[in-house]
Amino acid sequence: MVAPSVVAVAVFVYGFVGWTGFVSLTRWNDVLPSYAWAGWRNYVDLFQSFRFRIDIVNTARFTAAFLAGCLGIGFALAVLLDRGLRAEPVFRTIYLAPLAISFIVTGVVWRWLLNPGSPQLGDVGVNLLFRHLHLGWLRAGWYTDPRIGILAVALAATWQMSGYTMALYLAGLRSIPDELREAARVDGAAEWQIYRQILVPLLQPITLSAVIILGHISLKIFDLVVAMTGPGPGFSSDVPAYFMFDTTFRGNHFAQGAAIAEVLLVLVALLTVPYLVYSTRAEVER
Amino acid sequence: MSALAPIPAAAVLPGGARRAIPWGRAALYGLLVVAAAAYLLPIYVLVATSMKSFAEVSLSRMWAPPSGLYFSSFVEAWAGSATHRGLGGNFLNSVKLVVPATLLSAMLGSMNGYVLAKWRFRGAAVVFPAILFGMFIPYQSVLIPLVQTLQRLHLYGTLPGLVFVHVVYGIPITTLIFRNYYAGVPTELVEAGKIDGAGLWGIYRTIIVPLSGPAFVVAAIWQFTSIWNDFLFGVTVTSDPEVQPITVALNNLAGSFVVEWNVQMGGALLAALPTLVVYAVLGRYFMRGLMAGSLKG
Repeated sequence: MVAPSVVAVAVFVYGFVGWTGFVSLTRWNDVLPSYAWAGWRNYVDLFQSFRFRIDIVNTARFTAAFLAGCLGIGFALAVLLDRGLRAEPVFRTIYLAPLAISFIVTGVVWRWLLNPGSPQLGDVGVNLLFRHLHLGWLRAGWYTDPRIGILAVALAATWQMSGYTMALYLAGLRSIPDELREAARVDGAAEWQIYRQILVPLLQPITLSAVIILGHISLKIFDLVVAMTGPGPGFSSDVPAYFMFDTTFRGNHFAQGAAIAEVLLVLVALLTVPYLVYSTRAEVER
Repeated sequence: MSALAPIPAAAVLPGGARRAIPWGRAALYGLLVVAAAAYLLPIYVLVATSMKSFAEVSLSRMWAPPSGLYFSSFVEAWAGSATHRGLGGNFLNSVKLVVPATLLSAMLGSMNGYVLAKWRFRGAAVVFPAILFGMFIPYQSVLIPLVQTLQRLHLYGTLPGLVFVHVVYGIPITTLIFRNYYAGVPTELVEAGKIDGAGLWGIYRTIIVPLSGPAFVVAAIWQFTSIWNDFLFGVTVTSDPEVQPITVALNNLAGSFVVEWNVQMGGALLAALPTLVVYAVLGRYFMRGLMAGSLKG
């Protein structure tokens, strides 16, 4: 009964990953397949490539900003919502709504929101809003400014995904028995001390899950970059997933693209496999 | 803060006729409202722009509310114009893609989840995480053989091909959702079925399937949302604009320099509406899928 699915996953996940690995060791860098052996050359070329080095730095910057934003905002919102407000479901629904939307839609909307404007157009989007609010000094070039670049994409991604960490933390806070807080209060602990010394340590497993889930999303980020910025000036918003797609399906350098995909896979596996093994083992033992 | 702070003296002192203004609570609401406004801003622009008339859509009045319900940009995004294709046909492509792919992957997930939760077999402890890893992989690492295989099967560039892809790569998450759900179904029910002489399939059909409603809804909503929102498989497998799902067509529309920004917004709203509506109506089940995806279900 599971056999068809097991076979499908064995072929379409593991078999295909293996085939991609094989392709990455060939000279198939043209439209027609060629399986002549190239050894590690595609990988050597990749790590020497100017664009790939920028991509790695961009991924690191994106991940740092995206994780900090999602964890910080998500935790703050969860703490605020954990106060037993009657309107809580309304707020929760609003914060989570972006999760239901495709990254393409987010990218199209945020491309206009973070549009830097031009001398002819004047200010548009968020810059225009800042001017309306007398916060004109906050105006920026956003994704057209190479110093910001990928961070503008991280802003849109944080808008989309921070509700997820909010939901995780809120569920975590709800699962901590009230008696613990009561006891601390009786002992004279201030509210912030209760958070710092009791709740935050107890929420650590949730932080770990969030870091792994969000971290693997940021390694794989593709759609949002396509719809919002593309590679940007001087590849300032380029990422490995985009580089792979560009190289493989626009440039027809299949072996080179396969090498990028395998590097990406290894990074994702390093992050997720230990967590996966740990989670499923804990479940079996339960 | 006020919910947990000590009760203000003015509220309990006898003869304290005036109730203290709950500043803490007001500040709390203030913060939540500011955050809500920030989350809603992009959605506001999306909806407001789509409702405006063409006379009102200038970029300099981006944040102004519409003066009435015109839906000009939305209609043009659906129907197209002399300069660009409408997205209406692509919207229907997405419907034709999502419905069968969702149903099929939920059915597969249900069968896998049942066997993994209720039938101990050799290697189950390896098979389960091995299946789950399939939902974390960057799909870039399977795209090249996927395209080659679909070409061999004459499914490349077709909607059935795309349905097939989504069903296959939907197996991990739907298996996880159903397995977690069936783990909560008492094993005695399965044992009772065995005593009655029912086998693997018999127990599944007569005992498990009738109990599966909630898990089916969770898995179906999850798959509906992720397949509707998918871009990578769509753009890789389909190149004919007649066949492309809405996310791919929207990205093409938005990448075209002749299409005005307001029409792009109309198209984006069109692409966002189905999943937003499902989320608004069935948000509770959406949440459960989300939690299952973090493996801590």
